[in-house]
Amino acid sequence: MTVQTLAGLEGVRALTCPEPEREIRGVYIGDLLSWVMGRAEADNVWITIMTNINIVAVASLADTSCILLAEGVTPEQSVLDTAEAKGVNILQSAKPIYETAMQLREFV
Amino acid sequence: MSEPLKFTYPVDGDNFTSAGQASVQVKKVLRRLGLDPETIRRVSIAMYEGEINMVIHAGGGEAEVLIYEDNVQIILRDKGPGIADIEQAMQEGFSTAPDNIRSLGFGAGMGLPNMKRYTDDMRIESEVGVGTTITMRVDL
Ligand SMILES: Nc1ncnc2c1ncn2[C@@H]1O[C@H](COP(=O)(O)OP(=O)(O)OP(=O)(O)O)[C@@H](O)[C@H]1O
Ligand SMILES: [Mg+2]
Repeated sequence: MTVQTLAGLEGVRALTCPEPEREIRGVYIGDLLSWVMGRAEADNVWITIMTNINIVAVASLADTSCILLAEGVTPEQSVLDTAEAKGVNILQSAKPIYETAMQLREFV
Repeated sequence: MSEPLKFTYPVDGDNFTSAGQASVQVKKVLRRLGLDPETIRRVSIAMYEGEINMVIHAGGGEAEVLIYEDNVQIILRDKGPGIADIEQAMQEGFSTAPDNIRSLGFGAGMGLPNMKRYTDDMRIESEVGVGTTITMRVDL
């Protein structure tokens, strides 16, 4: 599945999508950034509720395919602008983390 | 042996929002050089963890990256408080990060262990009250 397809799922929308064709392989869920960097794999969807600017660098350096913000949390515009410029996809799901992850189950 | 490519970056200790810029720069350089994605990922994460540590724990410092034919070396120097017990600092879960930093998602005590895991060699030299120098090597 590509990031663009993920963005089309019910309750999901793209806040930034500079790399829509990126393939998704696997999911990692977590809010502690060093755990994410230690455990997430390249091309994972990273599901989190953290919205501060540092998530952009973490997603970029850990090479995840996109950040998927659960619970409808929204970052500041400056975070989205940075993500757009750095080629980091940020999607948002209105649902809580568990439901968000379950929705991905059949695709990854 | 041929001369390495050398890059030096100041790491600003006051600016938490721009922390990680040096690592992002290095990632770009390594991409341009055509290194494989997993190696780039290892170098980038190890350097970012070290860079963030200099910002959070040491008030900034300097990052130097040397790219040789068969390895990449990352040297992080700061004049921060130093690490009194390196063995303890290296343990997963050990952190002295303050609450305001934890609320940003840092402070899990996983940074130094990640740096060790993602590199082929890592050395910490530290003196309390003087500073810390961390040298990491990733083989190509
Ligand atoms: N450059 C440094 N100068 C002084 N102390 C440091 C430095 N780097 C690490 N430390 C000490 O070592 C501890 C462990 O570092 P580590 O990176 O593993 O965890 P952390 O930075 O606290 O949290 P995390 O990296 O998971 O966000 C720190 O909390 C700090 O006390
Ligand atoms: Mg750290």
